[in-house]
Amino acid sequence: MSKVLMKGNEAFAEAAIRAGCKCYFGYPITPQNEIPEYMSHELPKAGGAFLQAESELAAVNMAFGAAASGGRVFISTSSPGLALMQEGLGFICSAECPVVVLNVSRGGPGVGGIQPGQADYIQVTRGGYNGDAKIPVLAPAGIQECVDLIYEAFDIADKYRNPVLIFADGMMGQMMEPVELPPARGITPPEKINETKPWAITGTAQHPGRNVVYSLRLEPDVLEKHVEHLFEKYDAAAKELVRYKSMNLDEAEIVFVAFGTMSRLCAEAIELLDAQGIKAGLIRPISLWPYPDAAFDEIGPKCKVVISTELNMGQMLTDVKAAVAGRWPVGLINRTGGIVPSSLEIVERAKKLLEGVK
Amino acid sequence: MKSVFEITKGMTPVDTSYCPGCSHGIAHRLIMEVLDERGELGNTIGVVPIGCSINAHHFMNVDMCESTHGRAPAIASGIRRVHPDKVVFTYQGDGDLASIGAGEILHAAHRGEKFTTFFINNAIYGMTGGQMAPTTLIGQRATTCVDGRTVEQAGLPLKMCEILAAVPCAVYVERVMLNNPANVRKAKKAVQTALDIQKAGLGFTFVEFLSACPTNWGLAPADALKWVETEMASYYPIGNFRKPEGY
Repeated sequence: MSKVLMKGNEAFAEAAIRAGCKCYFGYPITPQNEIPEYMSHELPKAGGAFLQAESELAAVNMAFGAAASGGRVFISTSSPGLALMQEGLGFICSAECPVVVLNVSRGGPGVGGIQPGQADYIQVTRGGYNGDAKIPVLAPAGIQECVDLIYEAFDIADKYRNPVLIFADGMMGQMMEPVELPPARGITPPEKINETKPWAITGTAQHPGRNVVYSLRLEPDVLEKHVEHLFEKYDAAAKELVRYKSMNLDEAEIVFVAFGTMSRLCAEAIELLDAQGIKAGLIRPISLWPYPDAAFDEIGPKCKVVISTELNMGQMLTDVKAAVAGRWPVGLINRTGGIVPSSLEIVERAKKLLEGVK
Repeated sequence: MKSVFEITKGMTPVDTSYCPGCSHGIAHRLIMEVLDERGELGNTIGVVPIGCSINAHHFMNVDMCESTHGRAPAIASGIRRVHPDKVVFTYQGDGDLASIGAGEILHAAHRGEKFTTFFINNAIYGMTGGQMAPTTLIGQRATTCVDGRTVEQAGLPLKMCEILAAVPCAVYVERVMLNNPANVRKAKKAVQTALDIQKAGLGFTFVEFLSACPTNWGLAPADALKWVETEMASYYPIGNFRKPEGY
């Protein structure tokens, strides 16, 4: 396979098409507009259906309808749009349907700005939906990884009958990188849907019995059992979906914890610090839920400080502190509002934090 | 012996959860009977709303899903993209469709979505206990307007058929009422026509049923049917608002 140079958003859309996506629903919002644009002309060529929704509320519910009736579904949005989708995502968790959601995130709160941000960390890992539900969240650090994760996310969503969320920041959507695209898997025709999804509502002529996809459970004991069933799935996902990358943890005095675009800047900062004789390492969570607590057990004896490095006001700190469990001091290096710090800024602030704990 | 009447296979053999005198049972039966008569029960996917009729999937003998409040038309639009050859419908009440879901119904009509919406208008929120709906009549009492709805407080009731008839790709828009056997027969005809037009792929089809809610109106069932005819139908005229040529 040869690599092609693609803009992130277009590569993400192409990855979904190649994964066998039948339906895409989207509403224009910056910085992910190239995704609905690309889908509008490319998805029909692959045999899929593109529909521009009247709102993110409609988009997530269109996704529910398509998923409940057995189609592979992809939706994308950016931060405020994801807030609008939260009700639908909780409903989809309850009704147990597979949907792949891409958040190309920007600065907030509110309308915020359109530059890259990671201020949706709490929104994606804790959800804005009501009730006891979980959505696996995968955070790529580059276009290739995002393409690969989107491609795989369809299988994860099918396996757990639950939404899976890919959390890419606006930087990744807007930049270009060489990427190797995965092979096209083709779309399941409607008459074959029940072979792999016996629960899907396709019309009773197509499967034994009658299928109903629902959320309402008025009897408390029935609802409690259902939530317990969901959590059996989430417990399995919490074991099976933990993903992270690490570097230099054995020797590091400073351990950065960063995901997405920030992890790439930290990798640069580690080289710059090394040139100054300071050993630094990195934990890069790829799964934000489940959070890779185990990565922190690899931190070596020379560690003086663990630094959460984020494009927000420190939303990941809670998870970092829980994983650190009091073993090392925890610091924060952050910018927000759509500002991405330089690696030099990270180096200077990391050195100050290191001095502060010595 | 020759059978002269059979209960439709379109309804499951369980008692409905609706109150005595409620029109949901009649509307359910009409829709399911037409689907049964056309041999489409196995080929149909329905979406139920939030409201009393969220329970419809216990009674309608077809594949169905529930909906978030008001979003059934968006959900049906998604189903339609996966299953272009199936019969798809939404079944929605007036709180669901005319209030929280006003945007979704308008845009499904706007896109000319090839499914049918059955709209049960009983001028009140039923399941939550009788609050004012956008369709509640002026002077009508509800738990959020105990002295009766006023124009100053809440404007004039929304006429969904008239609104949707102004949307170019809503090709069939009809209002019927379920107050007596003659009108129930007319309502069945409207269901048939809507499903014919859906099958022909001509665009969005919409049937509004003026319906009784004796419980939340505080009326006996027979009086409630009278109220549908005298009060509701005088503000919401029954009849066809839009149909394609040849139907």
